[in-house]
Amino acid sequence: MEQIILQLKESGILGRGGAGFPVWQKWESVSNAVGDEKYIICNGAEGEPDVFKDGYIIKNYPEEVINGINIAINFLSAKKAYLYLNHNYYRDNRERLVELIGDLPIEVIEKGKGYIAGEESAICNFIETGIVEPRQKPPFLSNVGLFGKPTLVNNLETFYYVSKISKGDYGKKRLFSINGDVSDAGVFEESEEVTLEDLLRKTGNYPEFDFFVQVSGGAEGVIMLPEELKSPLAGGCGAIKVFNREKTDLFELMQYWIEFIIYGNCDKCVPCREGTYRIYEMVKARNIDKEKMLDLLDVLEKTSFCALGRGVVIPFRSLILKLKFEDYGDGKI
Amino acid sequence: MEMERFNITINGKEVSAVKGQTILEVALDNDIKIPNLCFHSDLKPSASCRLCVVSIEGRRGYHTSCSTLAEEGMVITTDNEEMSRLRKTNLELLFAQHRERCNDCIKSNDCRLLELAEDLKVNIARFKDRKENFPEMSFGPSIHFDSSKCIDCKNCVEVCKKQNVCFLTTRENGPFFQVCPSSDKGRDCVYCGQCVIHCPTGALQEVDSITKIEAVIKEGKKTVIFQIAPAVRTTIGEEFGMGYGVIATEKIAAGIRKLGVDRVFDVCAAADLVTMEEAQELIERITNKGVLPMFTSCCPGWVKFVEFYHPEMIPNLTTVRSPQILFGGLTKTFWAGKEGIDPNDIYVVSIMPCTAKKYEVVREEMKIDGNFPVDAVLTTHELACFMKKYDVDLSTIEPEALTPAWGDSSGAGVIYGASGGVTESALRTAVYKLTGQNPANIEFQEVRGLQESKEAVVNINGLSLRVAVVNGLDNAEKLIAKIKEDPTYYQYIEVMACPGGCIGGGGQPLPTDKKIRKLRAQGLYKIDTGKEKRFAHENPFVKDIYEKFFNDEHNVHKVCHTRYLKKDKENNF
Repeated sequence: MEQIILQLKESGILGRGGAGFPVWQKWESVSNAVGDEKYIICNGAEGEPDVFKDGYIIKNYPEEVINGINIAINFLSAKKAYLYLNHNYYRDNRERLVELIGDLPIEVIEKGKGYIAGEESAICNFIETGIVEPRQKPPFLSNVGLFGKPTLVNNLETFYYVSKISKGDYGKKRLFSINGDVSDAGVFEESEEVTLEDLLRKTGNYPEFDFFVQVSGGAEGVIMLPEELKSPLAGGCGAIKVFNREKTDLFELMQYWIEFIIYGNCDKCVPCREGTYRIYEMVKARNIDKEKMLDLLDVLEKTSFCALGRGVVIPFRSLILKLKFEDYGDGKI
Repeated sequence: MEMERFNITINGKEVSAVKGQTILEVALDNDIKIPNLCFHSDLKPSASCRLCVVSIEGRRGYHTSCSTLAEEGMVITTDNEEMSRLRKTNLELLFAQHRERCNDCIKSNDCRLLELAEDLKVNIARFKDRKENFPEMSFGPSIHFDSSKCIDCKNCVEVCKKQNVCFLTTRENGPFFQVCPSSDKGRDCVYCGQCVIHCPTGALQEVDSITKIEAVIKEGKKTVIFQIAPAVRTTIGEEFGMGYGVIATEKIAAGIRKLGVDRVFDVCAAADLVTMEEAQELIERITNKGVLPMFTSCCPGWVKFVEFYHPEMIPNLTTVRSPQILFGGLTKTFWAGKEGIDPNDIYVVSIMPCTAKKYEVVREEMKIDGNFPVDAVLTTHELACFMKKYDVDLSTIEPEALTPAWGDSSGAGVIYGASGGVTESALRTAVYKLTGQNPANIEFQEVRGLQESKEAVVNINGLSLRVAVVNGLDNAEKLIAKIKEDPTYYQYIEVMACPGGCIGGGGQPLPTDKKIRKLRAQGLYKIDTGKEKRFAHENPFVKDIYEKFFNDEHNVHKVCHTRYLKKDKENNF
């Protein structure tokens, strides 16, 4: 087995985009896939609100990211890699990246419009046709990806740590973005095994007031209560947003999520196009029909075309369950 | 090609599947009902309506059966309490987009949405219609788009793209993308109507012509003539539950008479005249080294496609008018004179499988002495609706003969309705014209069938003719590219804009798909086989016209021929 696979396997690193798939397995499956050409996409779309770790990496450690991508290029004998960045990251870093990339077969490209343009198969469609829409899976991208060829798609942070791992400099670390009602918002590198409670304490961000957090993203992340923070982040992406429980208007919070979704989705499938819109209507009117809400969450979770629609359910279900929403304000649920 | 077969289990029943089929296709083949809306076998599954979800043993969650391939040994359940609930909610969400205007909807007789609503027992008004203020618009005189009924399945956009027209597209509007006509100057509708027969909701329909025709009939001042196209006779029966490919020519005549119109002419007779003229023109172009390959022009969608997208190919189009126009012109000249009726008092209505025919009849250059040859066009689907409005049921009606004024058509005229039919008819007659003898083998099998692209080489007295027959405009586009590469390769090209030719036309009954098109075409070839006369030039009616009216070149020119013009975009929004 190739050295890099052994290293990745030994490190135990999971993808940092959110799905938490073992990196070595993904690399190996693209390596084993049959194809005359192979492609790599480094996903720096970072489109979800309140997540900004990738932006921090590309600004501060672009060499490591490029090195990580280059390791993948060499390992897969890939034809080309795309470094896919959202509008701001592209605008702020492109020039420097192009300079650093030099002759390597890596192209820096700007993300398509909408949150869904960060979904891996939608990226492939976007690069191929300019149209942002996810693909039916299977086939998986590791077999049939960009231009129909085996394609490795990893999160930008993953490539950063691949570089570190290859240098024996990993230390089982990951990056966390922390924001919300905190005193020191920012990006922090910490052990993968740190509990979320310790993470907040170590960074000086553990609140003195009654609070809750949203973990792994400000639109589709899960709501957690203080007593749930005694374990490390398992999968998911490293992002924690802290909310002052007393001062947070839950309707406003829900509207923030769902507005982001209705503008960021691709409108392809019924539950995600229409269901999210009906949730938006109820939330905006501050009047939630419980039966409708549960039916809508149900179709979103069980019949959405892609993970974006399925993910809508996570914050809503956890909020309703954990924050005793039935007693909240004039919320009728 | 050997098909690999295996078994899968659906709802406890073992059924046979072919490798490459989706679960939904297997279910449909085996009469197992799975609710579905956005699926159409002509298109790649978009899997957007989410109604066809099923569960598969050993796999987590639900899977859309339209987009999941069947695999050997799969065990599938198509219904349980949770699945019905999920389907119900998704259908309610679909209804939340679709403004119900059932009272004046031409699809209300056989509405797929309402049928599903009944099956799944949904509350169609659970959510407020969000498209209440969405606009209605028409594309030329052919297609009506009520965007407040659109459920965003985007089948129309897909099929328009498949036709290489790309006129229908999507635009961002607030948090949504909505279907709309393209504002690109280089994209225009060719009126083929494929969007109409791929729309599951009635958002896209033909522009209504029933109202005005009904008024003319009721007024009773004009001599009204209905003339029926070849491809209508084997399709309209579907609207009355008579099955696919059933020949209903004489029932149509009887049905039309119930609407208060006595004269029912057969456009197939004019198709024989088109064959005569086209064969002649082809021979002349070959002999005089005219522009080749010669393109057929009976399909108005194809003609508009050439005029707008490929004006450089206009000289290739035959100048012969399409059968309906030729026939209307003949009726308002020769027949009117014979009967002593003022052409201004004649109202010709064509029954066509086609939405583009509505466009063809209002082309100014078709006018003869200031009159349009044809005054109005009803699609097959519209004629059925018209009949249903008057409780005319073709399944039970006693057949009646067509109006004999024009004699019978040959079999060659009938097969115009299927892709390859025009070519076959022209070849039968071209051989005769060049050799003085009918071809030994009358059926040109190479040009038959539903393949999108066909080719044949015909040797006539040492003259070798290479012909190509394509259906679907994407195939026409490919062929044009090929012609540009080698302009002398082909001599004769037949193009029909719709898949399978007119039997798959945009004005035909819904559903229309590959299997159905095949059965419809078989019906037409059956009529041809049963005809005593199978050559245009042997049709006594044709001989009569050439002796009495087309003996004057001037008449031939004004009734049979036309010209084409480079088109600018006609549909600007």
